[in-house]
Amino acid sequence: MNALILLVPMALLLGLLGLALFLWTLRARQYDDLDGAASRILFDDLPKKDLPQ
Amino acid sequence: MTNEPALRERFVPDQINLSRGHCAHCGTTLAPGQGAFCCTGCSGAHALVRGLGLDAFYRRQETAAGTLRPPEAPPSFDAAAMAVPDAEGMHRLELMVSGLTCGACVWLVEQALAAEPDVQRARASLSARRLTIVWRGGAERARDLAALVAKLGFRVAPWSPACLRANEDAEGQALLRALGIAAFGSMNVMLVSVAVWVGGDMGEQTRALMHWLAALIGLPTVLVGGMPFYRSAWQALRAGRANMDLAVSLGVIATTAMSLSEAFRNGPYTWFDSATALLALLLAGRVLDRRMRRRARQAVAELLALQDGSVALICADGTTRSVPAESIRAGDLVLIASGDRLRLDGVAAEDVVLDLGATTGESVPRQVPAGEPLAAGSVNMGPSFRMRVSAAVRDGSLAALGRLLERAEQGRGRFVSIADRAARYYVPIVHVVAAATFLGWWLGVGVTWQQALVPAVAALIVTCPCGLAIAVPAVQVAAVGALFRRGVLVASPTALERLASANHAVLDKTGTLSEGHPELLPDEAVTPEALRLAASLARASRHPLSQALVRACPDAPALDSVIEVPGYGLQRGDLLLGSAAFCGVTEAADSGMSLYLRQHGQEPVVFRFSDRLRADAAEVVAALQDKGLETELLSGDAISAVEAAALATGIGPWQARATPADKAKRIGALLAAGAKPLMIGDGINDAAALAMAHVSASPANGTDIAQAASDIVLRGNGLAALPYAITVARRAQKLALQNIGFSLIYNVVAVPAAVFGFVTPLIAALVMASSSIIVILNALRAGKEVA
Repeated sequence: MNALILLVPMALLLGLLGLALFLWTLRARQYDDLDGAASRILFDDLPKKDLPQ
Repeated sequence: MTNEPALRERFVPDQINLSRGHCAHCGTTLAPGQGAFCCTGCSGAHALVRGLGLDAFYRRQETAAGTLRPPEAPPSFDAAAMAVPDAEGMHRLELMVSGLTCGACVWLVEQALAAEPDVQRARASLSARRLTIVWRGGAERARDLAALVAKLGFRVAPWSPACLRANEDAEGQALLRALGIAAFGSMNVMLVSVAVWVGGDMGEQTRALMHWLAALIGLPTVLVGGMPFYRSAWQALRAGRANMDLAVSLGVIATTAMSLSEAFRNGPYTWFDSATALLALLLAGRVLDRRMRRRARQAVAELLALQDGSVALICADGTTRSVPAESIRAGDLVLIASGDRLRLDGVAAEDVVLDLGATTGESVPRQVPAGEPLAAGSVNMGPSFRMRVSAAVRDGSLAALGRLLERAEQGRGRFVSIADRAARYYVPIVHVVAAATFLGWWLGVGVTWQQALVPAVAALIVTCPCGLAIAVPAVQVAAVGALFRRGVLVASPTALERLASANHAVLDKTGTLSEGHPELLPDEAVTPEALRLAASLARASRHPLSQALVRACPDAPALDSVIEVPGYGLQRGDLLLGSAAFCGVTEAADSGMSLYLRQHGQEPVVFRFSDRLRADAAEVVAALQDKGLETELLSGDAISAVEAAALATGIGPWQARATPADKAKRIGALLAAGAKPLMIGDGINDAAALAMAHVSASPANGTDIAQAASDIVLRGNGLAALPYAITVARRAQKLALQNIGFSLIYNVVAVPAAVFGFVTPLIAALVMASSSIIVILNALRAGKEVA
């Protein structure tokens, strides 16, 4: 019983943290371009700027 | 970083040698005699890509051959007018980029733009084909940036409100949020519930604590996560109908209420886990279904955006300005260039030659005398002319037709899908059974009403909708996805069901069975040299016949100092290409569409053109007949042309000179006779018939209004995908019926067990999950490729 007092709130807290993160990703529109995100992970080159010196 | 490109150069053989036989940029098969590229555009694009050091693109790209061929003309719209001020000193431009089909394309476009010194941010979305560019500097840079993307071989169009509508998906977003909440809730309730299921030696107080914990998580989850279902159920209820969402809502709410009552009296089990898991599962199905449809809608919006054109307004000082068609008022003067499509109704002060294929279905261009009204949608086949606009876009003939279509579609909205039909019988029966169980236990057996509630609600849950509510949508998702990959865009939710039941096909000719634009007829008398020379001359002109010549001989080099005499032909020294009168030839009476090539001291060569039938037309018609559809040809074209097309394709009855009203009337007659007509058309004149028909389809090159009126749009060339779509639709219908039957069988076993009180939450969860999995696995078969 004593263990529950600690473990249950912890489990709930972690779960809520996950939910909050999910809602944040949703608001940040991270699910809008799933196809693009899938291939973007393979891009290795960073955008480079040939700034005229 | 410094010597990495050099290394790459050494290990990867030169692209030009690698891809012999195919264009090094767009991948089209090359004609003999061509170097590494199919056209100057591709050569330029390749040089640009290599110059930027981005040639890794060619190793990664997965686009179909030919899609990346740069358009000959730069983007026709004014990108600078669409740039909007962003943060201080910056501008932003949104573009729709067609041809953006793989990750490598996104990479190429983003990198090429990022290499521009003033570009701050360039981001392309692969699923929406939307490109956002932010740069430091004035709006006029937008033109260069849009041209740069076009030069790489991508077609760009303004990001129109229609594109935005197809992408803006507030409802989908809400569904996804509900799914996240329901998934979180169900998993955490399960944490508590499993403890109760296995904890036989659990003390009474601990169990009460567990029940209330489950309620603490379950109640908000059911309240928020179930909103999409409650809303839809409420709408159905107000309209006096019973739908599947009503069954889901009642099941979830009843389960929650019963669980709350069990928690109060500290019964052996609460059922919050069933309620939340049910919501999560059903929401997952909804989200997938919606995503699939959104992809189809985006693809349709992309096709429409490419057609969206601007109009050349002639200002008071005589200069022309490119403006959106919506901003033109009646009385304005606009310039219609050769080969342009009329966006508005108007009157010309001179005789003009128009291709009325889209408005009346005639395949041969017609001379329209000065002063006669010109209908929007036709294409200028003669020289450019000035037109006095007679009605603004929203008062014009196209808008009037649009309103007519809306009314016709409301009529079709009465179609009841198979899932709703099943719900109509299923919902009342389930609720009667549940009520009888409750009364039986309470009054018959004599337990307390709280105890009687448990078997009654258990009956609601095990019958519940899970399998049944997923049965049809899962099949739809699999089938629509399979069709999408084959270039068939399904725009309406009930389109597949209606397509499966179609038993009569009505086809339009011009633009549907035929290509819709003139093609050079093969002729023995024309030597390859003459054709090559003519095509070289024709490169200088945008006239549809010139473009047909260029298509017939795409590798002909462009010639310089070619003069176009508008309305007559092209001239280079004493070399002439044009109408009979222009070349000094007496024309035969029924020459149709033709061009003459006259070289000094030689007999003139005649090129004849016609609106050719699509290569696969006869095959498609045969396939439709094979599937048991009666075919019929309904065209606005002349009798001889329609008869020839009917003979060549083997279509049974045909009717020529059909006006738009005739077409709609014929569809109405078929419907009245009990047939289920599938209408296939592309023109403005087909739109009314398309909207009225049981189900309708239009090809990719159809007019925007026809595509908007159709349930199914065929991307890619030709109609070949249509018989395939019918096969898939019929199989999907069969699988949906199987799934419904399967859910019913499940119920036959599960319901008596629940009614007699043998079902615990654990058994309910097993029943729910296993029936859903079997139904989903069966549905996946709808996406399998068919031979």
